[in-house]
Parts: sequence; C-alpha cells; structure tokens
Amino acid sequence: MRDAFIATLTDLAKEDPRIVLITGDLGFGVLTSFAANHADQFINAGVAEQNMTALAAGMALEGARAYTYSIANFTTLRCLEQIRNDVCYHDADVTVVSVGGGFSYGQLGMSHFATEDLAILRALPNMTVVAPSDPWQAQELARQLHARGGPVYLRLDKDKAGLPAAPEDVVLGQVREVRQGSDLVILATGAILGEALAAAETLSGEGLEARVIDVHTLKPLDAEGIVAAVTACGVVVTVEEHNILGGLGGAVAEVCMEHGARVDAFRRVGLDDCYPSIVGDQKYLRRAYGMDAEAIAGKCRDAVAQGRKRK
Amino acid sequence: MQAAEGTAVRNAPDTRGLALRLRSHVVRMTHKGGSSHVGSALSMADMIAVLYGRTLRVDPKDPKWPLRDRFILSKGHAGACIYAALAERGFFPVEQLDQHYQNGSIFSGHVSHKGVPGVEFSTGSLGHGLGVGAGMAMQLRRQGHGQRVFVVLSDGECDEGSNWEAILFAGHHKLDNLVALIDYNKIQSLASVAETLALEPFADKWRAFGWAVRQIDGHDHDLLSTTLDAVPLEAGKPTVIICDTIKGKGVSFMEHAVLWHYRSPQGEEFDRAQAELAKAGEDLVTKGLGDA
Repeated sequence: MRDAFIATLTDLAKEDPRIVLITGDLGFGVLTSFAANHADQFINAGVAEQNMTALAAGMALEGARAYTYSIANFTTLRCLEQIRNDVCYHDADVTVVSVGGGFSYGQLGMSHFATEDLAILRALPNMTVVAPSDPWQAQELARQLHARGGPVYLRLDKDKAGLPAAPEDVVLGQVREVRQGSDLVILATGAILGEALAAAETLSGEGLEARVIDVHTLKPLDAEGIVAAVTACGVVVTVEEHNILGGLGGAVAEVCMEHGARVDAFRRVGLDDCYPSIVGDQKYLRRAYGMDAEAIAGKCRDAVAQGRKRK
Repeated sequence: MQAAEGTAVRNAPDTRGLALRLRSHVVRMTHKGGSSHVGSALSMADMIAVLYGRTLRVDPKDPKWPLRDRFILSKGHAGACIYAALAERGFFPVEQLDQHYQNGSIFSGHVSHKGVPGVEFSTGSLGHGLGVGAGMAMQLRRQGHGQRVFVVLSDGECDEGSNWEAILFAGHHKLDNLVALIDYNKIQSLASVAETLALEPFADKWRAFGWAVRQIDGHDHDLLSTTLDAVPLEAGKPTVIICDTIKGKGVSFMEHAVLWHYRSPQGEEFDRAQAELAKAGEDLVTKGLGDA
C-alpha cells in the first residue's frame, strides 16, 4: 500500500510542482525514486518530527502542498500539537501520511503499533481521516484527497484486503458496500477489511449473510450510508486494527445514536484498550488480540444471538 | 538573498515614540482584561517598535500583500504588544484594543490570526514559531521574491526542544531569509533563566548550529535599527539577534521582577505605570527624539 501510494504521489508531483514530500528520515528504498526524480520537491527533515510538521505547515501557508511521512506514531503522536495548532488551526494544506497502521510493524513492539491514531486524529477539527483497505484504493483516495486539499491524515497499512480494483466505486467521504447481506452488517476500516470479509464467508456457511461495508473515510463520516446499512440489518459489528475506544466503533455508535437508528446488537472488534507486550507478524497479533476472521465471526454470532432475543 | 520586489511600505522611523505607545497600550490592555504577561510584552516593546515602525515590509491596506515580510510572534503570550503594534501601524483601529481578553473577543491572550488583519500566525504553545518560520522561509526562498521571515522568541521558550530541531534545520539549509530575535530578559515563569535551565553560552550555541549571531541591547533603538537593517548578517546563514532586555522595561516597579510575568496592573499600580510612561513620553519630546 505504501509503495502504491508513493507511486501515485510521484505521478501527482509531476503534474503539481507545489507538492513537497517531507520525511522524518524514513523511507529507505521506498522514497528513493521520488527523491531522485523530484529532488526539488523532497526534503528529509531528519529525525525531528515536530520540526517536520511545523515546517510543512509553514511551507503550506506559503503555497506548498505538503506531505509529511513517517511510521505511524512518529508522524502523529510525536508531533500532535504541531498538527493541532500549526496545521489544523491554520487549515494548512498538509497531508500527514503514516505508514504502518495497527500491527503492520508487529515484530517491532508497541512503540511502532498505531493503535490510537484514528481516535486522536479524528478529534482534531478541520482534519480529514482516511484509512484505505487496498493499495489500489490508497491510490484512488490519494488522488481524491489531493484534489480536496489538507489537512488530511492518511493511514497506510502494510496488509491489504485483497479486493479487485474498482476505483470508480471509491468516493472520498462515502462508505462502500463490498458484500451484500441483511442478517447483520460488519463495518471495517483499513486492510483488516479482508478479515471481515473472511468472517462473512464463514458465517455464510452457517446461514448468516453479513453485509460488509468498507469505511475508508473515517472523517467526514458517511452518516447516511452507515445509518442506511444499520437500519437494514439491525445487528452491527465494527472492525478496526485499533483501540476499541474512539475509532471506527465509537464513530459508528455516535452516528447510530444521533440518528436514532434501531440497533438490536452492537459489538466492536479491536484492541481491548490495552498495550500489547508481545510481538509477532500482523496475522499473529490479530489472532492473539481477537481481531482475526475467526474472532470477528465469533463476535458476529454473539451479536446476532443478542439481536434475535431483542427482536 | 534577493531584494524584495515592489515598494517597501514603511512608517517614519519614530520608533521610540511608538515603543512608548505600545507600552501604554499593553499596560492598559492587561489592566482592563486582568490578564498576565505584561512584563513579557514590555520587555520586547522596543524590538517590536523597530520591527513594525521601520524594518518590516508590510502594508496595512493590503495585509496579505504577497511580497510582505512575514512576522511570527512565537512567544504568543505577549500577544497584547503585537495587537498594539498592528493597531498603531494602521491594520485596524486602536479602539479595538479595548476588546483584548473580553468575552467573545477575537483578541485572545495568546496571539491569534483569525479575524485579526496583520497577524500572520497563531501561537501560544511555546516552541512552534521558529519551525513554521523556517517552513515559510524555505518556501519563500523557492519562490524567489525576496521576502524575509522574522520570528520573535522568548528566552524561556528556548527550553523547548522543538526550537533546537528548527535551529538545526535552518542552519543546515542556510535559510538566510530567516531572522530570529530573542527577547532575552533573563526571567521566565517561576524564576530566572539561569536558575531554571541555563542557556549560556547562548550565542555560542546558535553559532555552533550554523547561525550568524549578534547580541545587542534590546532597548537601544539605534542598535536595533542598524542590526535589523543589516540582515542577513552573513550570506548563507540564518540570523539570530539576541536582544538583552529587561523584563517589565519602562515601568520602574515591574522591571526585573518575576511577579509581573503573571500579575495584572490594578488600581494605583495602573495609574503609576501610565504616569511613568507619560513622563517618559514628555522626556522624549523634550530631547527631540520622538513625538509620543
């Protein structure tokens, strides 16, 4: 997903000389081509994320279209106040790109797990928050985001959901139905959508047809699309490679409550408000922390059972 | 660095009188609003008067003039002085300064750009202005029209590590259209700078990071003017002017006192402060140095 995004940004940089990519000294081998072909549009700010972000804001206020780039927590939490005060308050055209959503860097330890970023970035006014599910989708959304302008938070996963490319079906700010069904709805954000789809196939074998919704844009949230799906299905399960607090699950709950959508059962799949102290690859950690396809299917069965009692 | 295109727009260089008017505004604004940081605003009043009265190429009739110099007050807590300077410079009526710190006002205690013509950037959390200024300087240099970026920082603010990231960056990238001014009044929030986190040898630190450094009396208008006229002090290097100042300068009982970082002048204190500033204005006229 990361390489696909950089390929698109390289194309965009050819068309738009205002683009500047600022890295916090990360991207060995990944940014090489961009740096070689667009030397004037590339800055390595060094291991200094606060300055990287302030710099991006200053350049953006003078007409640049700035992209900051690093591993998830470094480009967000390390410089959160620069994002809040310098970028968001000034509505500066800065796109904060984080590579390695969730457990993408699973063996590197908790410092490299991005498991609170969506909740925190979502809380910043003026910020658009996007977590693509596939590389082709990251490319399409990158183009749409560039047309829209910052402030943007773009969370890139290492994994991919594995859906066939259908860029014409992807609209920034709108949810996308990727599987039909009406016994329950599973809403997922990011590449973990693939686990949600696998869970839906398992459930189908048991006679439960799950509608699966890709929420690639977490903010602005497509309230209309979410309420329609929830209303049609009644049983709701959210899936995110992120703390269950404040991210997709929280956002969907807010929308359902505010719109008075009838919800017969609601479950959030995600990290249960803890810091993992073990490491492993992304698949391993999803399983260990209850957010792989099997765990998702389990939560769905549980939700459907509760929903039936209420009906 | 290239000369700026277009016409430089400046006031007559009556900067001493302007500095006294800024001080008087600041004392009145902090009195009326019951707000803090009068000492921090007074210490930099001469620097700001020379910047806004002489150095900065800005146009009050066209606050977003593309060829203007950029100014960022990184020590946003002294924002009252910037609002006063902008009003004196004609960006908005002086009467609006009475709204400072009031309910529903856009003139916040820490300087904010929203709705206030002439404020380039909002600050309040320390350690933000220099990095943003470096970004502006970098982008403006690419565009090649010769605008300069001036950033005023406090000494206590230099405790923030983000500044040193920006200092390292600006030196490395030879941003000679970037000028930092330090209001070195030697007093921070709870105690002196030396007692809190000593900055000395301060000038050497900047030099080591690749900056051209000048340390001057930050209340001497002739020195401030000639030094600011000479920026960049060295081609290919960002400039820092370390201004030795006195916290609370211009009001005898506020000078050198930690107390006036937070205390708001009330009652007799306010009257005495304004009387001292009025007397200083009369002295200026007597000496033929200004028209305050």
